[in-house]
Amino acid sequence: MSARLSAYGRLLNKARSVNFTFNGKKFRGYEGDTLASALLANGQILVGRSFKYHRPRGIVAAGVEEPNALVNLGVEGNFEPNQRATTTELFEGLLATSQNHWPSLEFDLGALNSKLSRFMPAGFYYKMFIHPRPLWKYVYEPFIRHAAGLGKAPKNRDADTYEHFYAFCDVLVIGGGIAGLHSAKAAAKSGARVIVLEQSAHWGGRALVDGGEVDGSPVDNVVDKLLTELSSLENVTLRNRATGAGIYDHGYALGYERLTDHTSDNAGPRHRLWRIRASHVVTATGAIERPLSFSGNDVPGVMLASAVRDYVVNYGVGVGDRTVIVTNNDDAYRTAIILKKSGLVVQAILDARMLAVDSPLVAEAKSVGIRVLMGHAISKVLGGKRVTAIEVCSQAGRGTVLEKIECDTVAMSGGWSPVVHLWSHCGGKLIWDENFSMFRPDVDKAPKGVDGTAFVSPAGSANGHFGLMELIGDAHAMGQGAAEAAGFVCKRASAPEGSYIEEAPMVPVWLMPQGANFALRSKSWLDYQNDVKVTDVQLAAQEGFESVEHAKRYTTLGMATDQGKLSNINGLAILSDALNQPIPQTGTTTFRPPYTPISLGAIAGEARGEVFQPVRRTPMHDWHDANGASWEPVGQWRRPYAYVQPSESIQDAVMREVKNTRENVGLLDASTLGKILVKGPDAGKFLDMLYTNVMSTLKSGKCRYGLMCNENGFLIDDGVVARINEETFLCHTTTGGAESIYGHMEEWLQTEWWDWNVYVANVTEQFAQIALVGPNARQVLERLSGMDVSKDALKFMEWTDGLLGGFDVRIFRISFSGELSFEIVIRSSEGQTFWNALIKAGKDLGIMPYGTEALHILRAEKGFIMIGDETDGTVIPQDLGLHWALSKKKEDYIGKRAHARSHMSNPERWQLVGLETLDGSVLPDGAYAVAEGVNANGQNNVQGRVTSSYHSPNLNKGIAMGLVIDGPNRMGQIIDFPGTDGKTYQAKIVNSVFYDPEGEKQNV
Amino acid sequence: MLILTCPYCGQKSEETEFHSGGEAHLKRFGPGSTDEDFQEYLFVRENPKGVHFERWRHIYGCGKWFHAARCTTTLEIFGTYSAQTVKPPKELRDKISAKRPGWSWRTYP
Repeated sequence: MSARLSAYGRLLNKARSVNFTFNGKKFRGYEGDTLASALLANGQILVGRSFKYHRPRGIVAAGVEEPNALVNLGVEGNFEPNQRATTTELFEGLLATSQNHWPSLEFDLGALNSKLSRFMPAGFYYKMFIHPRPLWKYVYEPFIRHAAGLGKAPKNRDADTYEHFYAFCDVLVIGGGIAGLHSAKAAAKSGARVIVLEQSAHWGGRALVDGGEVDGSPVDNVVDKLLTELSSLENVTLRNRATGAGIYDHGYALGYERLTDHTSDNAGPRHRLWRIRASHVVTATGAIERPLSFSGNDVPGVMLASAVRDYVVNYGVGVGDRTVIVTNNDDAYRTAIILKKSGLVVQAILDARMLAVDSPLVAEAKSVGIRVLMGHAISKVLGGKRVTAIEVCSQAGRGTVLEKIECDTVAMSGGWSPVVHLWSHCGGKLIWDENFSMFRPDVDKAPKGVDGTAFVSPAGSANGHFGLMELIGDAHAMGQGAAEAAGFVCKRASAPEGSYIEEAPMVPVWLMPQGANFALRSKSWLDYQNDVKVTDVQLAAQEGFESVEHAKRYTTLGMATDQGKLSNINGLAILSDALNQPIPQTGTTTFRPPYTPISLGAIAGEARGEVFQPVRRTPMHDWHDANGASWEPVGQWRRPYAYVQPSESIQDAVMREVKNTRENVGLLDASTLGKILVKGPDAGKFLDMLYTNVMSTLKSGKCRYGLMCNENGFLIDDGVVARINEETFLCHTTTGGAESIYGHMEEWLQTEWWDWNVYVANVTEQFAQIALVGPNARQVLERLSGMDVSKDALKFMEWTDGLLGGFDVRIFRISFSGELSFEIVIRSSEGQTFWNALIKAGKDLGIMPYGTEALHILRAEKGFIMIGDETDGTVIPQDLGLHWALSKKKEDYIGKRAHARSHMSNPERWQLVGLETLDGSVLPDGAYAVAEGVNANGQNNVQGRVTSSYHSPNLNKGIAMGLVIDGPNRMGQIIDFPGTDGKTYQAKIVNSVFYDPEGEKQNV
Repeated sequence: MLILTCPYCGQKSEETEFHSGGEAHLKRFGPGSTDEDFQEYLFVRENPKGVHFERWRHIYGCGKWFHAARCTTTLEIFGTYSAQTVKPPKELRDKISAKRPGWSWRTYP
């Protein structure tokens, strides 16, 4: 039925044919074809099945607004679903398959849904599948997911690469049609830096299809000349295959450029995301033709009139042999005239209007012998997988069939809607234009930039100006205005003059025929991609979904991948009619970026794999890696979880490390712990505000453990503070807390106590820190010699500086394990050498490195809390039995006032206890303890939870810590912890210090 | 993505270079304050449709906290200024009053 027309095809290179495959079948097209035009040229109009009812669907449009022709492209690592055939450029070897059907496109079992469509209106799923509840998850949802939807998600890792570009310009022009190019020229002449983005491969837009003249030259010549001129200007960047995807605050815009999608050569990045900062943006984004709502308007062969014209002129494809045109405006007559000229049959033009006088286009159509039926409409389209005929009725009536016209194609036009998406992304407002029944930009309510002035200007048909004369005048003025807004001076130059063709006014037609009965309305599609019909929107209104945003969500109108480019205005009109209110009162839904879908790869850019997030490495990182480290991510750091030796499991390694540390000596890379220097005359006063206990009384050379809360009273960090001298303190934070606590200190210093003389510096990465832990620890240090680390010379909670084995070090005698323990600090650059020296010195003393899991077990055996395990942002020091660390003497500290709030002293708070299972097994981490009875939702009441749980190799049993209601007063009680494994664990509430409760081992 | 100018280093930068810190000019209430005052300080925030004073930190720049006056509807930035003050500078207040007739410091429509 559809075929190539030898006299047409301005975008084709007919000397070069291109082979491609659709659903396994081999086809041939020409260089310059889109997948859609090549399929049409091969007679393949059926390209997919609809989302919900699995109705056969054909190509409707010729551009980005296409709702039906979505295909899977490529295979494996290059597979991508939901690609629009109308914007996919053909290349040798292209592989495409259609979507949403089983077993095949031609025969789809899911089409049964269409027979049931009477019983599946909007909201059907919500109403039908609500009871019984469990069936939703296990029966209904999997079934619906299988039956509904579009393409399948890719299974393979994306084989392509992507990149980001940062660009800055004075004027960004979005759209490279005749309007955009004129705006760009007008702006560029002022000297402004201009970037022009065109979404398609071709410049000049629709003007080249429709023709006309500018300053007496035909538009083709005008576009060529403009391109030559703009390309030669150094201040202009032209990018085609680059969509202006979104406009954001203060002139930020995203461009989405496709670099290799149009070729079989995949070298280099596939997509490029342009992150543009523009002083001013011109949205010359064109307009989109609207469908008409009549029964069977989704049958393959029903297309937009402009698309039928595009396929003839651009691709030399006659979509069908016998076409009926149905319209409410003059523009569709251009399609009829072109078809007639190309030798195809136009059966009739059904024009819903009644015109007193023929406009030039109407007269021309009649003069070339086309039958024009004024005041007529389509009652119904006949045909299944292709249009076979239409039934004609009067637009004013209820659909009584006056005659039947055989045809294979219906070209429809409901008028044009300016593409206002980009104008609206950042808050540009719209007004309703009565003449064209369309929303267009309200230029007085433009998006505002950083200084409160407008930073977006719409131009051309995107601004509601149709016809070359008006459109070019507008584009020129907007281009100049944009340059001026960006601070440039434009010489007074008169706008080029476009030719003028008088057109008769369109009349709004939102339903065809006007009085269509239910049967007709229930087959009149609004949203092809999401299968929403006129009756669905009417039902939504009837059921009270009166807000356009509610009606949209209830019916899913405009929520598919095309974001309602064709459906929205027709849907709004139907909703307004159902609510008996004017369209502007109903308003539009919100336009959100991106304008067309952009690939996730482009958004990610280079940030994938290793460069997704930088990894922080301690000075000893490589040594750990070479010595069996099983890595654990801790924030951006990687820390060894355990050092696994050959023939050992990770768990074996952890057990060995714990035992060896308690029995001999262990070595821990503690470099990741935060180290913050606090210095100045008011340093002590400042730390007294930050920590819950007193720090200002600490003597130089001593250490003190401290807690930090936020203003809500919740524990945020803990660590050891050392006083270096009168004015200097070194605060240790948790690994994860280093940056946030440093930020916390800066915030209070800069925004509350800015008159205090204190300076803070985060020196975490400047030093390596190594914990040497275990009964043999002192011996190792003594072997290195140079410093007195004896029991009396360096007491518990003291520190000293010196030369140890020739290394310039600071030694803290602190312990997070309950063992004799030293933490030695050295410049990062010497960390590895010093680590090696320790290992060498301790070789026959049983020295072994241990990882974070051993660290956790060692501290849990002692009942030491861990920020992030025992705390979760809702835990106060009192919950953890840390009352001793809360100063009563201090008038104020951050969190003190909050601790006086009533709920903070509630005895019902969950408080820290130790937990021991009755059988010695390990409690599941995070398990909840159940209490008597059930809550309002029928769930078991709870009375506590496990916060840390391990197997202790020293005690040879499971040990755990947990928060339990009134826990400390319930010692010896047994509570139940149901596990996710179906087993219930019984545990006894005990003291949380499991090992060496007297604390003798660290004081040797 | 907003553009902000750091009043300390003078750098005009993209929003990603800054860290937002919520409402500016809160008065801290500590021990001894009433439950109402303390609750207000901790939890109650302005949510104006229009002029808003907020805290920002030039986190990937000079590291300084500063304040910005911004319109929450148009996103216009009226100005940025030092965080080490209890109210916006007079020039800024006058500028905002001129641009938003009827607006004055600590009264919101």
